[in-house]
Amino acid sequence: MSPLRAGIAFLLVVLVAALAYFGAETAAVRPLLADILPYAALVIFLAGFSFKVIRWAWSPVPFRIPTTCGQQKSLPWIKANRLDNPSTKTGAWGRMALEVLCFRSLFRNTRAELREGPRIAYSEDKFLWLAALAFHWSLLFILLRHLRFFLLPVPHWLLGMSALDGFFQVGAPGLYITDGVIFLALLYLLARRFWDAQVRYLSLLADYFALFLLLGLVLTGIQMRYSDRVDLERVKEFALSLTVLSPHISAAVAPLFFVHLTFVCVLLAYIPFSKLMHLGGVFLSPTRNLANNSRIQRHINPWNPPVKVHTYAEWEDEFREKIRAAGLPLEKE
Amino acid sequence: MRKKIGILAVLLGFFILVTFPLWHSVGMRHSLEPPNLVLPANQKNCVMPVAYMRSSHMFLLLNWRELVVRHDQHTFRSFDGKSYNMSLTGTCLGCHNKQQFCDRCHTYMGVQTPNCFNCHVDPMALRGGMR
Repeated sequence: MSPLRAGIAFLLVVLVAALAYFGAETAAVRPLLADILPYAALVIFLAGFSFKVIRWAWSPVPFRIPTTCGQQKSLPWIKANRLDNPSTKTGAWGRMALEVLCFRSLFRNTRAELREGPRIAYSEDKFLWLAALAFHWSLLFILLRHLRFFLLPVPHWLLGMSALDGFFQVGAPGLYITDGVIFLALLYLLARRFWDAQVRYLSLLADYFALFLLLGLVLTGIQMRYSDRVDLERVKEFALSLTVLSPHISAAVAPLFFVHLTFVCVLLAYIPFSKLMHLGGVFLSPTRNLANNSRIQRHINPWNPPVKVHTYAEWEDEFREKIRAAGLPLEKE
Repeated sequence: MRKKIGILAVLLGFFILVTFPLWHSVGMRHSLEPPNLVLPANQKNCVMPVAYMRSSHMFLLLNWRELVVRHDQHTFRSFDGKSYNMSLTGTCLGCHNKQQFCDRCHTYMGVQTPNCFNCHVDPMALRGGMR
């Protein structure tokens, strides 16, 4: 039942937040959260990520999976779709770039509805594509912006990027466009799992958990920037101390920061074991990264056992005299 | 096999990218110490407690601007009961040195130079030195 799954996921995220919040105020747990958790999360992330990628890399992919979304390369007078059904490596790179940067396959998303009759009707549904694109690009911007806590001196490109993100110069600290965009996009991505019966039926606890976790992350971040400010200089001190492997966090840093930090760590450690692993998986999906050249080049399954064949020529050799005696035609006299 | 090596190479590149802040800090020659902020010698307290000023001075400054420009209010009662004229140039920069206080921390944090100084002048820089 979907509401139950959503509820459990929500409670899990609240539990993480509560543990972090009260842990930050407990002398015994605070160093655990600040000094050990980030490294543990990073190690789990890197190890889990490698494990997945290596397992995928070592899986044999003997055949091309064309998943035709366009005309295959055929006769010269038939126009082939080079990006949706590439026959060359360059084309496959192009398809991958379109997928990773523009979410091409989500752009094809359609909605099916049962109308009067009953009669099924399909329509375009671009909102999933739009929200996903808005979310992922905002996430990338926000991730890179956070580098200002980890790098000293802060590089110029980073300052330029933050300036671009804060283009409208609303208030102080300036409003970042991506903060608003990512929040709205996440709200839409969550809402569509609730209001569309078909999507609701398909939604799993893991889907809701990832969304609630990201929402919690975004909300605590927004709260720390625009209302309950934390002492950023000390946060940066902590972030820099993490980069030189001697973490220490000032007692002045508020528990809210710990909630944010714990959300990040949980997310990082959770990625390799969840759907969020599409971060690495998208590059290794055979339907996206292989050129459809099955008609040009022969792909032989590497683990095919040797097949014992008996050709016609051999058969004719074996029965030549009998065939001739019966007056039947021979290929080779 | 060539493909597998390629994938491993990209994976290694991803590792280096993810752990970039670590390499960056190791490679940095100069110290990662927090900035040395020069505090006014002749004052004990700011207009609000230090913890508030450290985290939220920008709210206070915007609030002051709002009160002065829109509501014609000029006097601020500080947390310790003193009265201050709400003025960035007169009050804040009367005590604090922009270069040795504001700018140092803003540079450290990578905060864009706020647009305060599009209009306001830095009185100490005008006088050419610290008071």
